[in-house]
Amino acid sequence: MALALQTFPTVKDANAALQTAGTRYLGGGTLVIRAANEGDVSVSGLVRSTDPALSAIAIAGGKVRIGASVSMAAIARHPDLGALAKAARAVGGPAIRNMATVGGNLFAPAPYGDFAVALLALDATVGTEDGELPIEIFLAKRDGSRAIVTAVSFTLPKDDSFRFLKVSRVKPKGVSVLSIAAVLERVADGTVSSARIALGCMADRPVRAKAAEKALLGKSLDRDGIAAALAAVTEGIAPITDPIASAWYRAEVLPVHLGRLLLS
Amino acid sequence: MAKVPVQFTLNGSEKAEFIDSGTTLLNALRDKIGDTSPKGGCHQGTCGACSVIIDGELRLSCLTLAETCNRAAITTTSGLAEGGVLHPLQRAFLDTFATQCGFCTPGMIMAAKVLLDHTPDPSRDEVVEALSGNICRCTGYEPIIQAVLTAARANSQNAA
Repeated sequence: MALALQTFPTVKDANAALQTAGTRYLGGGTLVIRAANEGDVSVSGLVRSTDPALSAIAIAGGKVRIGASVSMAAIARHPDLGALAKAARAVGGPAIRNMATVGGNLFAPAPYGDFAVALLALDATVGTEDGELPIEIFLAKRDGSRAIVTAVSFTLPKDDSFRFLKVSRVKPKGVSVLSIAAVLERVADGTVSSARIALGCMADRPVRAKAAEKALLGKSLDRDGIAAALAAVTEGIAPITDPIASAWYRAEVLPVHLGRLLLS
Repeated sequence: MAKVPVQFTLNGSEKAEFIDSGTTLLNALRDKIGDTSPKGGCHQGTCGACSVIIDGELRLSCLTLAETCNRAAITTTSGLAEGGVLHPLQRAFLDTFATQCGFCTPGMIMAAKVLLDHTPDPSRDEVVEALSGNICRCTGYEPIIQAVLTAARANSQNAA
């Protein structure tokens, strides 16, 4: 069924239109048009904004601001976002990456949303018409959100501090068994001084592995140093079950893949 | 349903249509304009059979609304042959037996065309990556990969 689309030059006007029950925001279309094609009758109309700021990437002083309409392909090819290219390329195939947006990825349910896992590890801030929120809070509240996401902002990670891994059965493109992103700061002797680890497919949305983060502090990234983190990483998780993998399987292989990421 | 005017270039020809707001590009092309080369497969963005090139980028017409393509340049497989002569990719798909049921073929060719437009002499891995969003249930992929590599070789020989 065709759904009428309303287009507005400003986010403010689009936001007002989005308050009508049944309307959904149209970014790249990979979530909402797919839902409409599948017969999701909860969608009765679509809203979008053509505000150029939504499609801009700004990097200054080590701070990054990515507009919500920026595609995964644009991030993957940006010369100053090389650290994130692997996470951006983890999303879909080439056509999907040309369409899928940063803003949309924040709403993608597991097993999708691999880039949001990276943003969670990066401690990003999510900007909306209603203000800015830490990504962890945004993700927790996203189901009830009616404010258009305008951008994500974060501090560009130092060289080699950001790591990302997506595990899938089909290469090079496949749905996630799981994904892991980590930002690891180390002091001169190589021990970990701060750690943020985010997991995909370990809940219906990206979640932090806080027990593993804590277990890494003051430890070296070698087999002995990471053992406690691997033992703790399954604390508090509730993996999804889908045709790709069961919750049991995902929980079993999570420590294996985290170990590989930490030792890489 | 409100009708909205949409103008775009399709395979080099200007098109101006009134379409129902919210119509996908796939449906507009097939049902309104009569270009049936993009195929409707999964309608979920998974199979790639509906792939078209919009302003130089590979996109999925089943997940794209036609009205968002206003003033865009759209290329489909039916626009590749010139003067009755097949495009090198089309020729290579025939020559290497890369087409069986043929349903995936237009999307495969569009994905391959974008690759060769940007990377005229791709490696096998680059071909695999470029085709990774397209599903084929007949060929086992290897003939398709060989077709793209064959077309790339033909292009480089013509350019030499």
